[in-house]
Amino acid sequence: MDAILPYLPFLLGGISVTLQITFAAIALAVPVAFVLAAGRMSRWAPARWGAGFVIETFRGTSAVVQLFWAFYVLPFFGINLSPMVCGILVLGLNEGSFFSEVVRASLKSIPPGQREAAAALHLPGFYTFRRVILPQALPVMVPPFGNALVLMLKFSALVSLVTIQDLTFRAGLITTSIGRSGEVYGIVLVIYFVMALALAAAVMVLEYYVNRAAGRDVGALRSFFSGGRSTVPAWAFWR
Amino acid sequence: MSGFSWDWAFAWSVLPALLEGLSVTVQATAAGSLIALPFGLLWCILRLADIPVLSFVVRFMVEFLRGTPFLVQLYFIFYVLPKYGIIFSPLATGIFALGVYSSARAAEFYRAALEAIPAGQWEASLTLGLPIGKVWTRIILPQMWPIVAPMLGNLVIAMFKDTAVLSTITVLEVVARAKDAGFQTFRYLEPLTIAGILFWIVSYSAARFLRRLEDRHAR
Repeated sequence: MDAILPYLPFLLGGISVTLQITFAAIALAVPVAFVLAAGRMSRWAPARWGAGFVIETFRGTSAVVQLFWAFYVLPFFGINLSPMVCGILVLGLNEGSFFSEVVRASLKSIPPGQREAAAALHLPGFYTFRRVILPQALPVMVPPFGNALVLMLKFSALVSLVTIQDLTFRAGLITTSIGRSGEVYGIVLVIYFVMALALAAAVMVLEYYVNRAAGRDVGALRSFFSGGRSTVPAWAFWR
Repeated sequence: MSGFSWDWAFAWSVLPALLEGLSVTVQATAAGSLIALPFGLLWCILRLADIPVLSFVVRFMVEFLRGTPFLVQLYFIFYVLPKYGIIFSPLATGIFALGVYSSARAAEFYRAALEAIPAGQWEASLTLGLPIGKVWTRIILPQMWPIVAPMLGNLVIAMFKDTAVLSTITVLEVVARAKDAGFQTFRYLEPLTIAGILFWIVSYSAARFLRRLEDRHAR
């Protein structure tokens, strides 16, 4: 442990890089998800195909391949992105493709009568979306958004493969200079876990406010460790 | 840098190596699933069984595995196991790490499926005096299976894409071979693009196959 101590500030400096990438990528993923969901639900066929193509491309190939592609291949086409931009772009588009399905499902969960009533009242299209549809769809999206955020945090470790000095990359540097990989990676795992807990807790607070703002039943906060009795009785495993 | 274009001759020359890599990827996915699916069920049972210390430990372990990046878990296992005299090949280490990480995800799927079954099903079985073995095999599992099967199918597809991470510990799967080929020739376009297409073909057709199974089951 003493051997690691001098390197600790350098390692902990990686936390802010990891968080920056996580938040930047999720900030990209959410609008991308909305655009792709809108494309998929569009009445105009080319928009449906385009969105479908993007979604299937990003969902069907591995994120590592996409990252390397952006890092090694794009420069050949004269597109020189910094590693940071590469990482954020790939993570954001990848997660956005997955999250677009969530957006689509929650927009579809709004009964059609809501849209019809708004049309009957002559509300303009975007106004209907903003004041009628979205406030009802948003609370449905928040729990999966929490999952996506934690996923993005874990996902962000991949950017260490394209030389971004995040937490994982710095751990690699330290272990190559002093060894002690067990301790260093052990510490890094704990740091990631604590960050994941913190993000999950933050999303629970967000969930509370979104539900309250939408005039929904707020109820008890879900516990991260999902307390509360399950529907499975303990005697199922004992008798 | 203009005038850079796709070179078919080079693409064909790297294809055999990439296909060999794909077979490693598929092997790793299959072997990883053989660890993840049964152990996921075990974690789920241990967690729900309310055994004083064990259930809490399993619960914490599952949350920990789910809350940390697979890449870092892989490094940890790769560097720590040899210190305890456990020396695996990189591929075996990768399969082990992938299996353990995915078992935690599988555990949550089993749990979600089990908890989707209304408590009344258990209570009714109890009232009828069915033996516990029968309750599981005739009441619970037949209802749980259609819920959990598509989730597990998607998990295996996700594992397939996660195997790309194994390239970081020198497992010669598709991505590692594509990077090698690119590094030797300074042409990354063809190998990495083909690697992406190979991933896409397998995971997309697997997803289609899964959806067809689901539809058949729904009818």
